[in-house]
Amino acid sequence: MSVSLTNEQIERYSRHIILQQVGGKGQEKLLGGKVLVIGTGGLGAPAAMYLAAAGVGQIGLVDFDVVDLSNLQRQIIHQTKDVGKPKIQSGKETIAEMNPDVTVHTYNELVNSANIRDIIRDQDYDFIIDGTDNFPAKFLINDACVMEKKAYSHAGIIRFQGQLMTYVPGQGPCYRCVFPTMPPKDAVPTCRQAGVLGVMGGIIGTLQATEALKYILGIGDLLNGYLLTYDALTMTFRKVKIPHNHDCAVCGDHPTITELVDYEQPACDLRNH
Amino acid sequence: MSEAWKIDDTIDITDVVCPITFVKVKMALEDLDDGQILGVHLNEGEPIQNVPRSLKDEGHKVLSVSQAADGTYDLVVQKGGREL
Repeated sequence: MSVSLTNEQIERYSRHIILQQVGGKGQEKLLGGKVLVIGTGGLGAPAAMYLAAAGVGQIGLVDFDVVDLSNLQRQIIHQTKDVGKPKIQSGKETIAEMNPDVTVHTYNELVNSANIRDIIRDQDYDFIIDGTDNFPAKFLINDACVMEKKAYSHAGIIRFQGQLMTYVPGQGPCYRCVFPTMPPKDAVPTCRQAGVLGVMGGIIGTLQATEALKYILGIGDLLNGYLLTYDALTMTFRKVKIPHNHDCAVCGDHPTITELVDYEQPACDLRNH
Repeated sequence: MSEAWKIDDTIDITDVVCPITFVKVKMALEDLDDGQILGVHLNEGEPIQNVPRSLKDEGHKVLSVSQAADGTYDLVVQKGGREL
C-alpha cells in the first residue's frame, strides 16, 4: 500500500480512518498538519490534547506562564505534579505521553507585536488556535493571522459562557469585523476576575480543535462568518451570522491597520498571576 | 468467480480483527482508482458478515464472494462501483 501509515498508526487512528470523510489519506493529512496553540490554559489545554490524540503531527505551544494550583480546575493538560513548571514544558510532556507521533514546538513567550509573526512563520503553521484570556492578545492574534493569511479560531470563555468563530483568509469576517476596537479598560472582566466553570474550556476548546481538524482535512463547514455562543446555565447554543465588514480596519478593502499593535493589558490582570 | 475479473491489487485481512479488517480494506481501496478491482482474503464469521456491508455503504461494489475449503473467503470489490 502506498499509504505510509504503520500498522500501529492504522490501529491508533482506526476510528478516524473508518470515517468516510477522513480515511487513510485524511489521517495522513492530519499527521502532516501543523497547528499553533497560543495559550495553554482553559481553552488551549483541551484543544492541544485532542489535536495530539488526533495525530496532528506538529503542535506549537505558546505560553509565558508557569502552572499554578488554581489552573488545575480546568487546564487539564497540566497535572498536580506540574505546579511551578513552565506551562509549555508541562504541555509538551503530557502530549509526549499521549502520542509519540506528535512533535511539539514550544515558545516560552508572551505574544506581542514583535514576536507573533515570527512564531507563526517558525513552522509555517496551517491553523492557529487563540486560547488566550485577554483582549490585547485576541486583537493581536487576529491582526497577525489576517496579515499572515492564516486561518484561525478565536474563542473566549467566562463564567458559564463561551463563544468562538473561525477566520479564513480572504473570506472574512475577522474578529475586528465584529469587534472593531478594544473594549474600555476593566469594562469586561477576565476569567481571572470573574471565574469560569472548568468545563467551559473543554467545550469551547474542543470546538476550536474540531475547526482545526476540519480545516486540515478540508471537510465540512467551518464557523467562518458565524459566531457560535454557548450558555451552560441555559444549555443554549446560538449560531449568529456575522457579515464581513468591507470597511474593517484590518481585513477590509482599504485596511488602516497594517502594523501590529500592542494594546495595554489592564493592570489588575498583571497583578493577579 | 474471481477469475472473471482483472484484479488490480489484493489484501489479506485474516490476521486482524474488527475494525482493523475494514480499515485495511478501505486503505487499500484508497490507493486504487475508481473502477479498479481489489481482491480481499478474509475470515469467516464477523469479517465476512461486516466487511462487505461496510464496503457497500461506502459506495463500492462487491462483485463476487467465494468460500475456500479452509473456511476463509475471497471477495472481489470494485472501487466506487456502486451508486450511493
